Formats: sequence, structure tokens, C-alpha cells
Amino acid sequence: MSTLTLPLDDNTTNDPKHRAPLIAGDQSLETLTDVVSGIVEQPVVPRSWYVAFAVSSALAAMFFALIGYLIFTGVGVWGNNSPVFWAWDIVNFVFWVGIGHAGTLISAILLLFRQKWRTSINRFAEAMTIFAVICAGVYPGVHIGRVWFAYWLAPYPNHMTLWPNFRSPLLWDVFAVSTYFTVSLVFWYLGMIPDLATLRDRTQSPLRRALYGLFSVGWRGSARQWHRVERGSLILASLATGLVLSVHSVVSFDFAVSQVPGWHTTIFPPYFVAGAIFSGFAMVVTLMVPARAYFGLKDLITVRHLDNMNKIILATSCMVGYAYGVEVFIAWYSGVHYERFAFLNRAFGPYAPYYWTMVTCNVIVPHLFWFRKWRTTPALMVIVAVLVNVGMWMERFVIIGISLTRGHLPSSWRMYAPTWVDIGMFIGSFGLFMTLFLLFCRFLPMVAMAEVKTVLVHEESHAAQH
Amino acid sequence: MTETTKNSTTPESPGTLAGIVARFETPETLITASRAVRDAGFRRWDAHSPMPVHGLDEAMGIRLTILPFIVLVAGLTGGAVGLLMQWYTNAVDYPQIISGKPLFSLPANIPVVFELVVLFSALTTFAGALLLSGLPQWFHGLFANRAFHRVTSDAFFISIDARDAKFHENEVRRLLESQGAVSIDSYYDPIKERQIPTLIYWAVAILVVLAPIPVLLIAWAREVPSSRPRLTLFMDMDVQPKYKAQNESPLFVDNREERPQVPGSVPRGRLDNDTKFVYGKEGDNWVRTFPESVPVNLETMQRGRERFTIYCAPCHGQSGDGDGLVSARASQRMEANWVPPVQLYATAVRFQPVGQLFGTISNGVRKMPAYGSQIPPADRWAIVLYLQALQRSQSGTVDDLPEEVRKKIAAH
Repeated sequence: MSTLTLPLDDNTTNDPKHRAPLIAGDQSLETLTDVVSGIVEQPVVPRSWYVAFAVSSALAAMFFALIGYLIFTGVGVWGNNSPVFWAWDIVNFVFWVGIGHAGTLISAILLLFRQKWRTSINRFAEAMTIFAVICAGVYPGVHIGRVWFAYWLAPYPNHMTLWPNFRSPLLWDVFAVSTYFTVSLVFWYLGMIPDLATLRDRTQSPLRRALYGLFSVGWRGSARQWHRVERGSLILASLATGLVLSVHSVVSFDFAVSQVPGWHTTIFPPYFVAGAIFSGFAMVVTLMVPARAYFGLKDLITVRHLDNMNKIILATSCMVGYAYGVEVFIAWYSGVHYERFAFLNRAFGPYAPYYWTMVTCNVIVPHLFWFRKWRTTPALMVIVAVLVNVGMWMERFVIIGISLTRGHLPSSWRMYAPTWVDIGMFIGSFGLFMTLFLLFCRFLPMVAMAEVKTVLVHEESHAAQH
Repeated sequence: MTETTKNSTTPESPGTLAGIVARFETPETLITASRAVRDAGFRRWDAHSPMPVHGLDEAMGIRLTILPFIVLVAGLTGGAVGLLMQWYTNAVDYPQIISGKPLFSLPANIPVVFELVVLFSALTTFAGALLLSGLPQWFHGLFANRAFHRVTSDAFFISIDARDAKFHENEVRRLLESQGAVSIDSYYDPIKERQIPTLIYWAVAILVVLAPIPVLLIAWAREVPSSRPRLTLFMDMDVQPKYKAQNESPLFVDNREERPQVPGSVPRGRLDNDTKFVYGKEGDNWVRTFPESVPVNLETMQRGRERFTIYCAPCHGQSGDGDGLVSARASQRMEANWVPPVQLYATAVRFQPVGQLFGTISNGVRKMPAYGSQIPPADRWAIVLYLQALQRSQSGTVDDLPEEVRKKIAAH
């Protein structure tokens, strides 16, 4: 079908005479449907899936058990104590919200820029967004202490005749994260309706047909339906673009609007957004490399896709490194004693290993992606991506934890150490994430079939012209 | 809900003809065929494809959807709601000054306004895209056509609705055939009885009936008074393991909250081993001199006068005549049980030992109540000292006066 003579697994060269194909192998509309639907339809689920699901759902159960322990005992089971009232709970919240950003960037900004390579990975990345935001949302929810009063965050008329304070960044955060979750979910679902209809039309099981039928709302692939859903997707993409930039900006306001040395800086919003996209893409790569091998999606999610994502990781790594530099410079340039101390304390204080791990993983290691071999070899890129995630977690701790241990008042300085509950909940949140992710792989179309088909048809017609 | 399940094969006795559906091989033939169908003047028809086909909208003559304008209105509504909500709640209904910030200022209110614009717009986009497409529509005649199921995989179709004014089965078939349709089928209205199993109808009906019950129970519990204490799932701060006045406490075996003194213990400042000072007695006898710890000087006497005015004068009168306001009022009302207070300079009182005076103040006498619990011992002694001055003043002679005053009197 394709007139190109590139090796099957290498579509990463940039020959100006030919556009490298985004879909490898001899794929037709039918085989593409078969490959993607086949993952969901396989009659015998491999044992490895059950093993992975058992492990991750056990960890998720531990997560909820620890939340129960926390609620019935009190937040004292965490290591948080004066002056470090925000510790691993908020670190993990910011970490998980950040992870989500890659999905929205891929589905929104890359759609507006008409980057066709996004079609193969956007479903996957958006799912990751939603699951990451679920993990993130749990933390501030249980962090407030009396969880059963969480509804006090909402502005509703009540017998106390009180209203929430809308001038507080914490309330902005409530609105930002809940809007982010809702919009991501709606965007994901709207794009998935045609693919759910595919599963509905293929399945033999009455139960599955009923459920896929219910959720595909009677999709018939009519031109009028396509027209409106495409328009709707474009509008949602424009809205979500604003969200990508706003959510982590608002999260950064939680810190920047306060007066803690090391938090009170104007660079935070762009710095947090770049860091979020950086960590999000690293997580997509970490999960996608094993998933595409395991589920046989190498023709759809090609090395070129991974290569593109690694380039984004490299670019955002440079932005994050620049932000680190600017932070240190401004601390010195401001002439403020406390600011200077905060940054010296990060780099040379008792938590220095965290700082230097962060710098190594986020600023130095990603530069391996200047080498083509690292960008295109799955095993190597996973190493970098995992290290980036480690580094980004460290960054959140460096910003949140270390700044609080030593504030303006030396008499109130105190070191922070997590308890076993902190650590257990962090591991458990990965369990929740992986559980949702495995369920997604098992029951929903992992690749946006209809969108990849448009790319396929486009490439076919181009190939025919040559 | 499961219509597609039931009618996966064309039924033996099809219902009403709903339309004609034709399959095409490629997107290109679909477009040319669509153009032909539109030119033939059909209005109720559609083209179906596994993915959006570039150029199909134009060929079919589909106008741009009004969705963006609906979303614009929704977005503006979201922004207005956000702005008004923040203004009303924080600047009007519950104004509260925080960190000296203005009650209402755009910079602080922009984030929430922005989020609500996005939220309203996104939900409207989602609902609008589906509703404008005629979805959700779980039952459609096309689903009964087995071949049509490939539309979500790799096949392209045109369906022409039988309700179209120009619909004539044979003409439609001829038209589609001439456009290169690979196969042409009729499709039929879904059979009504089969759409939703009666079981589901009943289940939904029962749920609708039962749904208000929890709400009603909550409302009933809120409105009807009850003598039982309310259920408390989370204790919050209502129940705390601490002492509260006039209550029993489970913290001690005897359930008493006021703890008795430990035998042999003495509260601070209550050690009364100096019986002369505390009781005014030595053995069984009233003491005749002031205890050593009470300094006999002007300062103590003035303290005594102050205390006397507070505690004693209301009955005994400022000069000890027994004409205080309480006593005067009782006499005026001729209270039968009233025993008028003695004159404090009366001989019977005047020659009492100081210990006895102290004892009377402490323990009371006749109608006079005991003041021991109200006046600390040192102050009682001070009152006794002042009392002596008072008694002396009432029984003085001219000789007690200073020399100059006596001369003045003599001059008269």
C-alpha cells in the first residue's frame, strides 16, 4: 500500500522527499479495527494480566484501607507536624496532577496544531490523565482532616450562613482541579463514542453488546454526527488548551500567593506547567513502551511516536532546568536574606540529596535524548523516563517540604520524616492508578481507531498520488 | 436498551419499511454518490462512515452546526455566574476582610470565573454535540441490518429514510445502484414491544417509587422532635473525654467528676496550724491580743475600715450604731423576726476579747450570718482592729482631744 521503502520498525528518518508514515505495516481499515478491538475481545485473557491486576488492585485496596485508618484515627498518622503541615500528601497531589497534563496536551494542543501523530496515543494518554487526576484528587480530599465535611468546600447556602472565601488560592484549586477532571472526562468520552460503537457492533456477548450499546448512545457514524462531534472536539480542544495552562498555574498559586521563602515567586505558574508536561510525557513513555509491546500495537504506536514524545521531554527538561536557574538567580538578585537562605538550604542543607537527585534526573539525564539512539530505543528511553518521574517527585518535595522545614523563624525549624502511612499511601496510589489503567486496557479501545483511520486514509491517498 | 442484541438478524416478518441502505466501497464513491442523492432532491437521508470523511459534508450539503454559538452563550453564562456568585457571596452576603484584600476585585476572582467559563462551555459542548446529532438514540432500524454493523469498522453506507417526500423504493434502489453501490438492503422500524424488556420497565418504575423514601426519612428525622440524642457518626468535638460542670464522668470508677480531697492533703494557703490567727483562740479561750502575723498599724486599720464599710456597715451602720440601711428597712417594715444589731460600742461588746470579736465575724451570732467563708482571716483581723478604733471613738472624753481643740472648746 505504501510506496515507501523504509524498514518496518524505523519511521523516524526525515527524508524531505517523503513524509514518513505514521502507521507501520500493511494496515487497512479492517486490520486496524481488528488489531485494536482484538485486545478487548480476546476470548482468553492472558494470565499475566490477572497477575498484574491482582498486584495492583491489592495495592489499591491498601490505599483505601490506609485512607480509612487515616479518617478514623486522624491526620496525625502522617508525618505532618508544625511547621511542615503540607508534606507527602500535597507532594503526591501535585505530582499526580502534573502527570495528567500530558494527556490533555496531546488531545488538545496537538489537535489544534494538527499534529497527526497524536491520534495513536491520545486515547491512552487521556485515560492516564483521568486516572492520575483521580489519584491526585484523593489527597487534598483526605488531607483536610474532617473528611465528612468536604462538602463545605462548595459554595452552597447553609444554616451557618457562611460562604467560602473566593480570594483564597486553595478554593481556586478546588474549582481548577474539579473542572479539569470533568472536562478531561467529557473530552475522553466524546472521542470514544465511535470506538465504543465499533466494539458494540463486533461483540458476540449480549452483556457486552448491551453495555457498549448503552455507552455508545446509538452511534451510527452518520455524516451529521461526525460533523457535530468533530466540531465539538475542536471546541473542547480549545477549552482544554486553556485548562492545560491554567490547572497547574492555579496549583502553583497555592504556593506562590503565600509568603514562604522559596514559594513566593512569580515564575511558579509557567515553571509548574512545564514541569507538569515534562513529568506527564515521561509517564506516558514509561507506560506506553511496555503496553505497545505487550498488546501488539507496534504498528500503530511506532518508534516515531515515541521519538516525538522524547523530543518533547527534552524540550520541557530544558525549560525546567532554565526555571531552576532563574529561581536561584532571583533569590540572589532579590537581596532578600530569607530567599537566599531558602535556596542555599535546598542545595546544601540537610535535604541536599533530594535537591541534587532532582537536578540530576530532571536537568542532566534527559540530555541523553539529544542522541538518536536513546530516543528510538525503547529500553533506553524507559530508563530516562523513569528517572524523570523520580526527579519530578523530588522537585515537588524540594519545593513543598524543604521550604516549610526552615521558614522565617529559626525557633520553629523542624525536620520532616514520613511515616509508614505516608509511604504506604504513595505506593497505594500507584496501585489505584495501575488498577484503573489495567481495566482500561481490558475493556476500552486503547487506540482511537476512528482518528487513526483518518490518518491512514490520508496517507493512502497521498501514497497513491506518488 | 438491548435492541441491537435482539434484532441482530433481519426479522422473519419485518415491520414497517424504514428506508433503504446501500454500501459503497471507498470514501470517494461515497462522496460522489452523496452528491447524486443530494442533487436528486432527497432531504431525509444520511451517509455513514467509520471515520469522518473529508469533503463529505460539502457533497451532502450539511450546513455548519450552530454548536459554537450555543457554547458561546454557555461560556458567557458560566462567566457571569462565576462573577455574580463571588460578588454576592464575598462582597454582599458575607463580607469578610481577609489580609486587607478588597471584598471584590477582578484579579482574585478571575481564576474561578475562568474555570466556570470552561466548565459550562465543555458540558454544553458535550451535550450539544450529542443532542444536535440526534443522540442518544438507542433504537434505530439500521441496527437490525447485519451488514450495516461494518460501518464502525471499514464500510461506507448511504441510508435514505422512507419518510422522505421523494421516497419510492424502486427509484431509490435504481439511483443507488447507478452510483456504484455494492449492496442495497431495506431496513425496518424497530419492533416496539422488543425495545425495552418489561422487566426493566418494572424495575425502573419500582426504583422511581422507592427513590424518595431515603429523602423523606431524612426530612422526617429533621422535622420531628425526638427525646433520644441524635445519631453521631463522627464525634467531631461534641463528645470529648473531659470534665464538664454538673456532669458525671466515666473517667473515674465512682463516676464523680468533682474529686474529693486526698486524705491528709492541704490546699495551698489553707494550712491552719496557727490557731490564734485562724480561729482567734488559744485552747478554749479567746485570745486577748492580736496574732503576731497581723501588724497593728494605720495601714491595717484603713484596710479594716474599707472591709467594714463593705461587709458590716449595711447592718451595723457606718459608726456602729446599728442603723445600717438593712436594719433601718427591717425596722421600718416591722419585721417580726428581725433582731436589731447591737451597738458595737456597747459595753458588752466593747470589753470582749479581740479573739471573740474575730470569732463573731467568722461564725456569726443570732441573726448575723458567718462571714468566715467570704472574708479572709487577715481581713477579719483588720476589721477587728478598726472596730476597736470605732468603739474608742464612741466612749472618748474631752481629755482624749488634742490640746488645741480643747482650748477652742474652752473658749466657747
